[in-house]
Amino acid sequence: MDIESPDKLIELLDRHAYLADEGLATAVFLALKMGRPLFLEGEAGVGKTELAKTLAALLDAPLIRLQCYEGLDAAQALYDWDFARQLLHLKAAEAAGITDVSRLEGEIYDRRFLIARPLLKAVETQPSVLLVDEIDRADDEFEAFLLEVLSDFTISIPELGTVRATTPPVVVVTSNRTREVHDALKRRCLYHWLEHPSFDREVAILLRRLPDCTETLAAQVARAAARLRQADLVKPPGVAETLDWTEALLTLGAKELDPGLAAATLGAALKYREDVASVLGNGLLSHG
Amino acid sequence: MDELVATVTGFARTLRAAGVGADHERTGNMLRALDHLDVADRGEVYWAGRLTLCATPDDLPRYDRCFAAYFGGRKAALARTGTTSVTRHLAAEPEGEGGDDATAAPATASRAEVLRHRDVARLTEAERAEVHRMLAMLRTARARRLSRRFEGARRGVLDPRRTIRDALRKGDVARLRRKRHTTRPRTVVLFVDVSGSMAPYAETLLRFAHALVRSEPRATRVYSVGTRLTPITAELRHRDPGTALNEVSKAIPDWSGGTRLGEELREYLSRYSARGAIAVIASDGWERGDPALLGAQMARLARQAYRVIWVNPHKGYEDYQPLTGGMRAALPHIDDLVAGHSLAAFEQLGERLAHA
Repeated sequence: MDIESPDKLIELLDRHAYLADEGLATAVFLALKMGRPLFLEGEAGVGKTELAKTLAALLDAPLIRLQCYEGLDAAQALYDWDFARQLLHLKAAEAAGITDVSRLEGEIYDRRFLIARPLLKAVETQPSVLLVDEIDRADDEFEAFLLEVLSDFTISIPELGTVRATTPPVVVVTSNRTREVHDALKRRCLYHWLEHPSFDREVAILLRRLPDCTETLAAQVARAAARLRQADLVKPPGVAETLDWTEALLTLGAKELDPGLAAATLGAALKYREDVASVLGNGLLSHG
Repeated sequence: MDELVATVTGFARTLRAAGVGADHERTGNMLRALDHLDVADRGEVYWAGRLTLCATPDDLPRYDRCFAAYFGGRKAALARTGTTSVTRHLAAEPEGEGGDDATAAPATASRAEVLRHRDVARLTEAERAEVHRMLAMLRTARARRLSRRFEGARRGVLDPRRTIRDALRKGDVARLRRKRHTTRPRTVVLFVDVSGSMAPYAETLLRFAHALVRSEPRATRVYSVGTRLTPITAELRHRDPGTALNEVSKAIPDWSGGTRLGEELREYLSRYSARGAIAVIASDGWERGDPALLGAQMARLARQAYRVIWVNPHKGYEDYQPLTGGMRAALPHIDDLVAGHSLAAFEQLGERLAHA
């Protein structure tokens, strides 16, 4: 697929129901052209993960996701051996009276006993989109390791040899910024800070994603969401939450947002008890 | 030199002067990005630079200012704000009653022992220097917690990888190998109040923070609080305490102001996380902001953190009562309220962090 400019990308992403602005489109454009990972930071729910999914659909490539968590290590990110099957094979060999160690070793460290985890899978699958989700949750040891893999997309397996990607996967790294990620990793990437969408864009997103939604309802929800983001909450609603909220309203057959309906469905937008209480208590839903 | 290269390098230099880490490698990335974009298009040049030269949301407003200034035709005169030293900030503070004792003899054991228990706010310059020397040598251990990683062990869960290796070597599955979780030091997040009322203690507290960072560089995070939240861990990583403190004093913009701990904790909690960490707040609790807000943020912090310790210099005195509004609001959410006025108190705090 030939993508000649950031504007073309805006159009292509739009076809897949993802509305990107100039900044994000340029970021994706450069990531594709320069073969560099895209490092996306921003509040939860601004559409970081969604972008990776859309990109996979757009490029018609499988999405390979590595969800990060504390203690994530190489065996869980790269590859692992299928020990149960290896043991069975050894037992079978023992029963058959085979004692040649080097032959046995060759047999059990065969590709068919190898389980590819996301990073190896991404290097082996071409083309592919690799999503390294919430890197801020992994620990610093893992960051250093990831930097190495992202630098040359080569994975060496001592028992088997080296696996190299002929075309590197498209990589999207996301962070909610609960922890500062090491600069060396960011330097490898293109860095983009994703903001909550503007009012107009959010209305457009709601209409694009939820065909049953009326313009009135979309505008009302987007306005309410913008107000909630101003309201100093523990977890302000992101686009994902506005979408959920609108969907909840549509399920109830709502044509317009009234305070009663809003209060009844608020749980789709707000995920903290204190937030729901403070919004209801301050009458934030009753005007507009 | 090519004109484009000169322009981009000059722009990167302007950014560095404004405090954005636009180093050599990043400048190269911007040039590579421009290969794919239209250099005559202001918007595309803006994004090429922003995507390659910036690394944190804090960089973005600085980037915007520099971009407007640099590509608006004139180069911005954006130098870092003048540096000030800790000593100057603290110069206005009351000196100890002993006067200057510049030719202090090396501490004898008993004198050191007396010094260890004295309130640092009431020491002479020389005595304080002595205490700071002892603080610089303070090495604290850290309580450990189980990590998700494994190491080989006699007892524990089955380790298939090593069992297979063994079996291969010996020819049959003779012995099952085992593994268990390793441990990691528990993270400490320390908030040091540098507002006016804490001025007599601020330097000593920062030196204590330096000792903590030096003891456990990867498991300590330090922020100064006052009227704004400033991360200072990187500055405290310098081996030499004097250099580290100098860097810290450059980084902190709000020395000796008031305290808005509630707002700052809220900022901390919305940006970072203290999950599983030991949170330590060093402050006298003279809150200028809304105590109710402080209470609510302390409740959030207490739910996230493994333990919340409040260090109050005044706790060292027997008649101390936590009566200030801030202290009263915070109290229900604190696990330990401890003293922080003397070397001995800091040593005890260090012990507590080792066994939390």
